Amino acid sequence: MTETTQTPTFHPASAPDFVPAPLLRKLQLDRLQAIVGHAYERVALFRERLQGRKVTPANIQSLGDIAKLPFTTKTDLRDTYPFGLFASALKDVVRVHASSGTTGKPIVVAYTKDDVAVWTSVMVRSFAACGLHEGDIIQNAYGYGLFTGGLGAHYGAEGIGATVIPISGGNTDRQIMVMKDFGVTAICCTPTYFLHLIDRAGQLGVDLKALPLRAGVFGAEPWTQSMRKHIESVTNISAFDIYGLSEIIGPGVAIECPHHDGLHIFEDHFYPEIIDPETGKVLPDGEEGELVLTTLSKWAMPMIRYRTRDITALLPGACPCGRTLRRMRRIGRRSDDMLIVRGVNVYPSQIEAVLLEVEGTLPHYQILLTRDHGLDQIEVQVEVTPQVFSDRVGALEALSDKIMDTIERVVGIRIKVTLVEPQTIQRSEGKAKRVFDKRGQT
Amino acid sequence: MKIQQLSIFAENKPGHLAGPCRLLADHGVDIRALSLADTQRFGILRLIVSDTAKATKLLETAGHVVKTTEVLAVEVSDEPGGLARVLSELEGSPVNIEYMYAFPFGHQGKAVLIFRFGDPDAAITILQAKGIPILAGDVILKA
Repeated sequence: MTETTQTPTFHPASAPDFVPAPLLRKLQLDRLQAIVGHAYERVALFRERLQGRKVTPANIQSLGDIAKLPFTTKTDLRDTYPFGLFASALKDVVRVHASSGTTGKPIVVAYTKDDVAVWTSVMVRSFAACGLHEGDIIQNAYGYGLFTGGLGAHYGAEGIGATVIPISGGNTDRQIMVMKDFGVTAICCTPTYFLHLIDRAGQLGVDLKALPLRAGVFGAEPWTQSMRKHIESVTNISAFDIYGLSEIIGPGVAIECPHHDGLHIFEDHFYPEIIDPETGKVLPDGEEGELVLTTLSKWAMPMIRYRTRDITALLPGACPCGRTLRRMRRIGRRSDDMLIVRGVNVYPSQIEAVLLEVEGTLPHYQILLTRDHGLDQIEVQVEVTPQVFSDRVGALEALSDKIMDTIERVVGIRIKVTLVEPQTIQRSEGKAKRVFDKRGQT
Repeated sequence: MKIQQLSIFAENKPGHLAGPCRLLADHGVDIRALSLADTQRFGILRLIVSDTAKATKLLETAGHVVKTTEVLAVEVSDEPGGLARVLSELEGSPVNIEYMYAFPFGHQGKAVLIFRFGDPDAAITILQAKGIPILAGDVILKA
């Protein structure tokens, strides 16, 4: 039920998604020049870097000139903690958010009143692209608080005129009760949390297919096409991938349309480039590399050429939906997710894909890295599910052997696979943490 | 004739058997027969209990993965050669024994063998043809 190609009806909020490309490029250049001027004037770090390169805002005469500007990285946000990259007076900042900051200081981001309005508008356009509108009942299970997911989705859902249930993350049984009793038609959360909801609904005997739920807006972590297939096979929802990051604005940087072939970037506010992560060279559309984003209309904290570490490609060609916004391929991996084990590059997404392929559904799993006598050890722990469990030892041994063999084929190294009891791997209510790298401690 | 057997996945770690056993005990479910298959990597606990449906529900609610399979119980005389006689009767027959376990069952001079056959129905036909007595389920469950 994902294709709605015939005579689509568009939400009026989506109008900016269809601006003719030449006009869009003109708008991008105007906004780029203005934001570079603003950042140059107000942000010392940015100004000094431009001066070091003997570049001034006047050198930005075309969109291609953006390559003259230096990159911004997450380290820059840490180094200038908390307010060093603010380009507006604090009195004009109406909101700050911060990353969870699992290691060291968090990174802080800021919004003026206008920035919040821009954020709301891109979230409204995101929901509109998912076919949501006035009258929908949206359960917002993203965490509210310093994390941008909760409030970002909340403002967008209110903005489109839906009834918002600001339930936030956690308390899965209550989520399911509310979903059922309130007649929820759409849910926003991380894809892994939704998988957890599916599991729990099954245990509670709640048939998600019998509910009016018809759309899921899933983001804040990379997920896969096979996860979408699984979600859509056990529910009646259409699952949409939403992309965003706090440094840029939060959720609402890019969204899938009903064609589910890449995510449309709201280019009138976020200018995308794909670069070679090694050399920093800009790559043409179609080539895979690291996504770099420039905020074109965010005044409290402009991000110029921010390196997202997300690996993707800008898809060439037009989308059948008619949007002129370019699409990026869904994020499969992040450049900093890559694990180097005994010299081999291993992406957690590869292991996830193998588990899905072998088992048919995605079990809960985690990846453990340790070091034994100087040698990297990697182990994948996989919870046994009712679908794969057998009373025969041979069947379970064959299962773990098959997982091991398939990982070896895909990744190139043999990885120990351990079957563990159900419910023994910690569940996440936000972004799932799958990788535990203890090599520094052993 | 066929008896319901429950299997539970258990990690090969200390203390991982006590949990499910205690849960059943606390709810008055009696374990009639038990076998543990253990490998270096994991274990499978197989149980025949007094109330299969109740035990399944209890274990699943507690988060265990439970599988129900049909097994056959065969009574043999509890003396040297009792098992060997049954096995040699089955030898050369097309039925495949996946695994088996045995326990003395409080009958005078009798022991009970629990067989998990690949095809229990085919096995019933063969055992009956050979005159090997198959125990009715309630004999095990209520004895």
